[in-house]
Amino acid sequence: MTRRGRAILRRILVGALGVTLLAALWELYKLLGPTQGVMIGTTTVLPRTSDLAMPHLWVMAGRVLEPVTGAANAVPIWQAVLLGALFTLGIAAVGWLVGVAVGLALALLMQRFRLAESAILPWIILSQTVPLIALAPLVRRWGSQIQFGDFTWASWMSVALIASYLAFFPVSVGALRGLGSPDANHVDLMHVYAAGWWKTLWRLRLPASVAYLLPALRLAAASAVIGTVVAEVSIGLRGGIGRLIVEYAGAAGGDPGKPWAPIFGSIIVGLVAAGFVGLIGLFLRRFRRGEVAA
Amino acid sequence: MSRTQPTDPAAIAVPAARPAPSAGALAVEATAVSRIFPVRKGASVTALDNVSLSVAPGEFVSLIGPSGCGKSTLLRLIADLDAPTSGNITVFGKPARQARIDQDYGIAFQQAGLLPWRTVAGNIELPLELHGTGKAARRARAAELIALVGLSDFADNYPDQLSGGMQQRVAIARSLAESPSLLLMDEPFGALDEMTRERMQNELVRICGETSAAVVFVTHSIPEAVFLSDRVVVLEPRPGRIRDVLTVSLGDPAGRGENLREDEGFFHAVSQVRELLHGPGVAGARGVETR
Repeated sequence: MTRRGRAILRRILVGALGVTLLAALWELYKLLGPTQGVMIGTTTVLPRTSDLAMPHLWVMAGRVLEPVTGAANAVPIWQAVLLGALFTLGIAAVGWLVGVAVGLALALLMQRFRLAESAILPWIILSQTVPLIALAPLVRRWGSQIQFGDFTWASWMSVALIASYLAFFPVSVGALRGLGSPDANHVDLMHVYAAGWWKTLWRLRLPASVAYLLPALRLAAASAVIGTVVAEVSIGLRGGIGRLIVEYAGAAGGDPGKPWAPIFGSIIVGLVAAGFVGLIGLFLRRFRRGEVAA
Repeated sequence: MSRTQPTDPAAIAVPAARPAPSAGALAVEATAVSRIFPVRKGASVTALDNVSLSVAPGEFVSLIGPSGCGKSTLLRLIADLDAPTSGNITVFGKPARQARIDQDYGIAFQQAGLLPWRTVAGNIELPLELHGTGKAARRARAAELIALVGLSDFADNYPDQLSGGMQQRVAIARSLAESPSLLLMDEPFGALDEMTRERMQNELVRICGETSAAVVFVTHSIPEAVFLSDRVVVLEPRPGRIRDVLTVSLGDPAGRGENLREDEGFFHAVSQVRELLHGPGVAGARGVETR
């Protein structure tokens, strides 16, 4: 096997080992931990180990294969969660795209005009201090007033908008740093070549920003997923993982394995989103040579 | 080193698309140039004070002096990367700004400054690409220049796969891409080891002979300045002024080679420059750089 192949295999094995360790830790604590949980004074610092609070992993796994409810026409949980995950992933993708576009546009504006940077950047940072829960009802109310022609604002658009509100932030900050990252040397060179702002952007600043942009895109993908799930809950949109989490949590009392299914579903959505960005990175790997170069 | 045979000079000649600089004009003419950098409110540093210098077409002129004497500043002024506080600079009879826009000069810095995401060929093609040269012409020109600097086996390599000396050769090839009649070089070999450095100097002498471009070469190595130049301009620091100009007559570029470094005239010129830099009496007494 090649050295590269061995390295990849090792990374996969180490990753699998991490997950296994986590699972082992869960079961070990459940086995050995006190039933009432670990308390310091009156504060519980580790959970109870009852089957209700900490179901066995195989209970969670088994529950995924069983129907959602006892009703005759109920689908298996995995199917319901998968549908919800796809729904959430779709909205998150729209939010991510809008967020990336807005973030890039803001970064370009700030890079082009120093004044814009001092005017906009503080607001961009401030924007992230607004709690999502406060924002969601506002967005929905404003959205419901939008109507022109055949177009009406749907609830999922509010969710996507909130996701993009979270996603644009890392992109704008990362892209701004990336666009400003070329050496003075390179900027001088473009000046010598009498290359204007657009040419300098295309040949120098954008390629140089890739190394900063990729982590920002990954962060934006994770933010978009979280934003979508939270906004689904606070707006009350049906069909996605967020709604399933709330719904299934209600069953925790009698059916402790059930609430875990949508949680795993949201993890899968996050992994798919991160994997997608990884794929983008693969296509752009030529522009990441600087990361390893001397 | 796999030195490629010198390419046929005709192949490196100015492409038809480039208008020749107006005949008779000096390659560089700086008249009473000063550059004062404001530091803080009220305070300022005079990097260059009333410097006048002219460089004839095809002439190789070195600027030498201690750190802070303004030699790089002067080069940046000629390149229109900076503007003089007072005085006037023309390049081939045009204002420096116009000469930059017309791409009358090529430039190389101490750092090779290659774009890491472009191959050797891609980096050399960059200026041509920016100025709308067609793809086929670009390819051909890059291949020519890569052969000129002896990197034909590395055309598709990326900069991080090359040694420092090879990167610098790519940078020099890039500076030659548009067949400029003037080369501006700011300590291009400053970051290289001694052996690579001498080899690069030999190559530069050969390349200059083949392209017959004028060169303004900033360095702080005395032997380097003497080996390469027709004239050595010695600057003094704070404020940056020209102390003296030494004409080195070591024969035409074609005749220069490894033997020249052992030549009596070479040593004589080196000690002359050293005396000019340090003042008489101290010549050779101190462990000055003899690179």
